[in-house]
Amino acid sequence: MNRILAGVNAEFTKFFTTRMWWVLALVLFGYVALLSGGLGALFGAISTGAIPARSGNIPHFGSLAPLVYSFASSVGYVFPVLLGALATTGEFRHQTLTPTFLANPRRGEVLSAKTLSSLVMGGGYGIVALAASVGAGALALSLIGIDARLGDIATWALFGRAVIAMALWAVIGVGLGVLVPNQAAVIVIILAFTQFVEPLLRLAGALSEATGSVARFLPGAASDSLVGSSFFTVSTPGGSMLDWWQGGLVLLGYAVVLIIGGWATTWRRDIT
Amino acid sequence: MPTGIPIQIDGITKRFGDVTAVSDLSFTVEPGRVTGFLGPNGAGKTTTLRMLLGLVEPTAGNATFGGVRYRDLPSPLTTVGAALEAASFHPGRSARDHLLVYARAAGLDRGRIAATLQKVGLTGYADRRVGGYSMGMRQRLGLAFTLLGDPGVLVLDEPINGLDPEGIKWIRLFLRELAAEGRTILVSSHLLSEVQQSVDEIVIIAKGRLVHRGTLASLEAGDHVSVLVDSPERDALGEALRSAGLEFDRVRSGLVVHGTEAAQIGHIAFIAGVELSTLQRQRSGLEDAFLSLVGEADSL
Repeated sequence: MNRILAGVNAEFTKFFTTRMWWVLALVLFGYVALLSGGLGALFGAISTGAIPARSGNIPHFGSLAPLVYSFASSVGYVFPVLLGALATTGEFRHQTLTPTFLANPRRGEVLSAKTLSSLVMGGGYGIVALAASVGAGALALSLIGIDARLGDIATWALFGRAVIAMALWAVIGVGLGVLVPNQAAVIVIILAFTQFVEPLLRLAGALSEATGSVARFLPGAASDSLVGSSFFTVSTPGGSMLDWWQGGLVLLGYAVVLIIGGWATTWRRDIT
Repeated sequence: MPTGIPIQIDGITKRFGDVTAVSDLSFTVEPGRVTGFLGPNGAGKTTTLRMLLGLVEPTAGNATFGGVRYRDLPSPLTTVGAALEAASFHPGRSARDHLLVYARAAGLDRGRIAATLQKVGLTGYADRRVGGYSMGMRQRLGLAFTLLGDPGVLVLDEPINGLDPEGIKWIRLFLRELAAEGRTILVSSHLLSEVQQSVDEIVIIAKGRLVHRGTLASLEAGDHVSVLVDSPERDALGEALRSAGLEFDRVRSGLVVHGTEAAQIGHIAFIAGVELSTLQRQRSGLEDAFLSLVGEADSL
């Protein structure tokens, strides 16, 4: 146990002694703040009628505040995935697995330490993303005169679930990085899947009952179910959702399967 | 004071698919001296060291530190310090932070970082990113990593590669000093001349097999000596050597005679009344012996 804690300590040191963590966090903050503020203002203006909707009938956004706050995870989740994946593939790329495994040759312990530290880093990214979505989103909503619902316990529960989702996404990144140790390849896979493949699959899922019952198990859909609200579920009504705890378990399942798969394949290989 | 532990390589074999990189290799490295692990590029040196360090799984055999495999060492970094290729650094991390990561991973005292940086002469550059380091500075950082846990055993793969003459002189003294403290030191190189001033013992491999094991002096045994000799009457000289029972090869600049000293050849020529134009002991006997050992294995 002491060795795992020492390993976690070393993994945090790895994160904080290069520039990657704060560059990604900064971009995450800016990206989420822009979308939450911008779309929060836009949706708010439409729902109050300040901007007329095209067909004349007001689209139903549900409660606007949770939707805007959930941008933290529904658009920000790619950042913890990248952080986790880069933390792992960087070891392969810079051949630092050699000193890492010399310092602790019990590779399962090293992977556990990486997983635990990434879980915490992902949660930290969740807080950064929420600071952006709540900061910019609440400001935009208040300016338009919509209740920001910051006194609502349900809103704070959503914040907690968003942090958990972001933490799990970082572990998914670690798993992907172990499974696909090539840094360029894993970045392409992450961006292609999160930005194109999964949105298209979820769109297809929204088309019928049958596809929808499968599509809700996609990782992004599971994450949105866990958090409880997202732009995606609003923009594709009829897409069925899991319960929040089911979504959490599905997301955890992805993380566990990827980590175990990576451990069984590349992590135990010869380091030449 | 750290205590040296013998390194025991016992019948170790590694096959990568159809290629056998290391074949049934056995040798022991004793504490208190510097052992050179020699062989041409591709002989299997790095693979052997990586098996010893638990980074590569042997196909057969065992490599241990006093009977314990690296993976089973209770505290690896305080037992063994190892530097493999000089590029195992994140270019965006400083030398001090690089050492901090592994000191924390192994639960070592933070004070060791400044001590090792001082010992390898990197203190003034410790807070610069490693990406900007020269080859020599990377080698020194690799050495600092090996010393982090003040281990009794050091395993260094080609530590002299890329060092300038001053650096080479420094590392020679450094290795001698560490061995004098009773540590076990194994240093690999593909050039005998690079390490011959710092090693006591040598292990030579070629094509993954052991070809020589012994002290440095054992390489100088007579049958590796050769002499270049030439005469205006080359055929007569060859005849005289043959009748004296000596073997030789014809080369452009004369005859290369094996297994004897220059004095004896001069004597033979004098008795036969053959004038000599060249009589020269071939370069470094050690280097030749090394090359012939390695070359013999090539033709197997």
